[in-house]
Amino acid sequence: MKICDLPAYSIADLVRTRQISAVEVLEKTLERVQSVDGRPGEVDASEAQSEEDLNRIHAFTLVTEEHARTKAEKIDQMVKAGEDPGPLAGVPYTAKDIFTVKGIPATAGSKILSNYVAPYTSTVVERMDEVGAVMIGKVNLDEFTYGSSSESSAFKPVPRNPWDTSRVTGGSSGGSAAAVAAGEGAISLGTDTGGSIRHPASFCGVVGLKPTYGRVSRYGLIAFGSSLDCPGPLARNVTDIALALKAIAGQDPRDNTAAMVPVPDYLAELEKDIRGLRIGLSEEFFRVTYFDTNTVELKENPIDEEIHSAILSVAGFLAQLGADIVIDVPLPYTKYGVPTYFVISRVEASSNLLRYDGVKYGYRTEEPFTDLRELYRTTRGEAFGVEPKLRMLMGIYLSAAQFDKGYYQQALKARALIRSDFDTIFDPKGKYRLDALLTPTTPSTAFPIGSVYGDSVIMQYSDQLTATTNHAGIPGLSIPVGFDKEGLPIGAQFLGPDYSEGLLLRLGRAFEKLTENEDWRKERPPLLSDNE
Amino acid sequence: MIDSEEICMTDKITPDVFKRLVDLASLELKEDEGEYLRKELNNQMVSIEVLESIPIEAETGTAAHGVPYTGENSPEPRDDVSRQDPHRLDILAQAPELEDGYIVVPDISHEELD
Repeated sequence: MKICDLPAYSIADLVRTRQISAVEVLEKTLERVQSVDGRPGEVDASEAQSEEDLNRIHAFTLVTEEHARTKAEKIDQMVKAGEDPGPLAGVPYTAKDIFTVKGIPATAGSKILSNYVAPYTSTVVERMDEVGAVMIGKVNLDEFTYGSSSESSAFKPVPRNPWDTSRVTGGSSGGSAAAVAAGEGAISLGTDTGGSIRHPASFCGVVGLKPTYGRVSRYGLIAFGSSLDCPGPLARNVTDIALALKAIAGQDPRDNTAAMVPVPDYLAELEKDIRGLRIGLSEEFFRVTYFDTNTVELKENPIDEEIHSAILSVAGFLAQLGADIVIDVPLPYTKYGVPTYFVISRVEASSNLLRYDGVKYGYRTEEPFTDLRELYRTTRGEAFGVEPKLRMLMGIYLSAAQFDKGYYQQALKARALIRSDFDTIFDPKGKYRLDALLTPTTPSTAFPIGSVYGDSVIMQYSDQLTATTNHAGIPGLSIPVGFDKEGLPIGAQFLGPDYSEGLLLRLGRAFEKLTENEDWRKERPPLLSDNE
Repeated sequence: MIDSEEICMTDKITPDVFKRLVDLASLELKEDEGEYLRKELNNQMVSIEVLESIPIEAETGTAAHGVPYTGENSPEPRDDVSRQDPHRLDILAQAPELEDGYIVVPDISHEELD
């Protein structure tokens, strides 16, 4: 196995014991980026068209080689001096380009921030830095994280799925998931507002964790939906997720929503057995709502049979390990997850987008203007893509007093009911007493690039199995559980009560151990074999 | 199938409402953008209207956050004191137009009243 394909915990161990230098790890990882990533995303560049473009991943918007080299050299000096750089010593990682890092561009995948250089560093990046990790670059995403395929980025070409480069990566943390799947860094930092970590993790066959809201600080995160946004890690295995979460979680004086809840030692709990744990299956997560564009109606179908079977097979493995599987767990408000999300996320997004005006920072039109309003109009018109425009307009429609039909209040009540669904099933004294719920992560596997983008309703329903988690604030872990007949990864999701990340990681690890010798675990993205 | 006239009749976001929204958002749209955006917004309303069918009891409260914030897990509010931001110059350096260390704000549109 090549160095850049090793787990983060192995890399850190080799660096800390001087069996390899952090600089060497960095060199090998940059070689991988060079060989598989292709040209980085750029504003106003053309979409992938040449044969070479079509067979590259395009996860990156920026490779921060100099920044990374300085850090890697510092790690090596510390090791040489007998100091411990930390549990992620020398581990290369990427950050979704929604996190600020002082002195480095932070674009959110938008033209309106294409010239913005962050004046401060986000808490999660600071914390990764403190435990010895080495940031190697920024990775692409849906513009302002608005989407589920990473196709809405203003930075072209958009990321392509390492398992089949004609397919999307999922999103919005698509660059993160693709980079991790292709060995371009062992860990990536993503964000999850309606599923944006778990969805691409599922599509790209990697592990992704959306922590409990408040478990990880949002300081330095360019905001989408402030009551929903959760930063979290993506990696190729559960242990690396545990290491990364331990590094980034916890209170932060710069974010008052980062809760005062002690951070457990996730690694210490990871290998414990899962005997007696109660794992639920809910029929609500095996039905899929879709938007029929011909009749302009929402309709319902059973979930894809291959995905259904894969999840039942995970339940079977967990039962082998002594878990109790509880079927027919009712979550009646699940079907309101996307409608509620349409309202809350748009209202919050429009409020956050109004700060981009061409006055304080970011892009400003070069056209002449006579007053402030004209400057706003022209700047936003030129520099926002379709998704921010849609979200601003819908957010204003749903929240402005002159149009008020009560949808926002109704959505906040629906959110309370969605939360009560989860409170009921996780209540230790209730009828179900679940430790976790097992569900598919996504209604489908990765779809072809261009096949959904442009239809905002169909795209939003791609998050229908993840969005309720964000409304409820609870944690969710997506793990790869196999492939469909087209060779595309299938993801399963564990959901648990507030701050139960340790238990979800334990379940993920138990499944990982039990299936480590399965044939599907030996598969690698074809792109890696073709280029090495 | 619903024909286009029928869709138009059921549109929540009519051309007039759309025009008002665009104005409130201070957005300039390209010629070919408007109709597409309006169609998508109306399609999204099909999903949003599902909320009207939720049986909600009068006593159901609203939730601004999923996770409850209690006295035990909420940090104390910060002291209400002013501080010099350490990144002041870096922040100013991002502004498109500066004058004497201040960000220049273009004229605000106004009407002279008699």
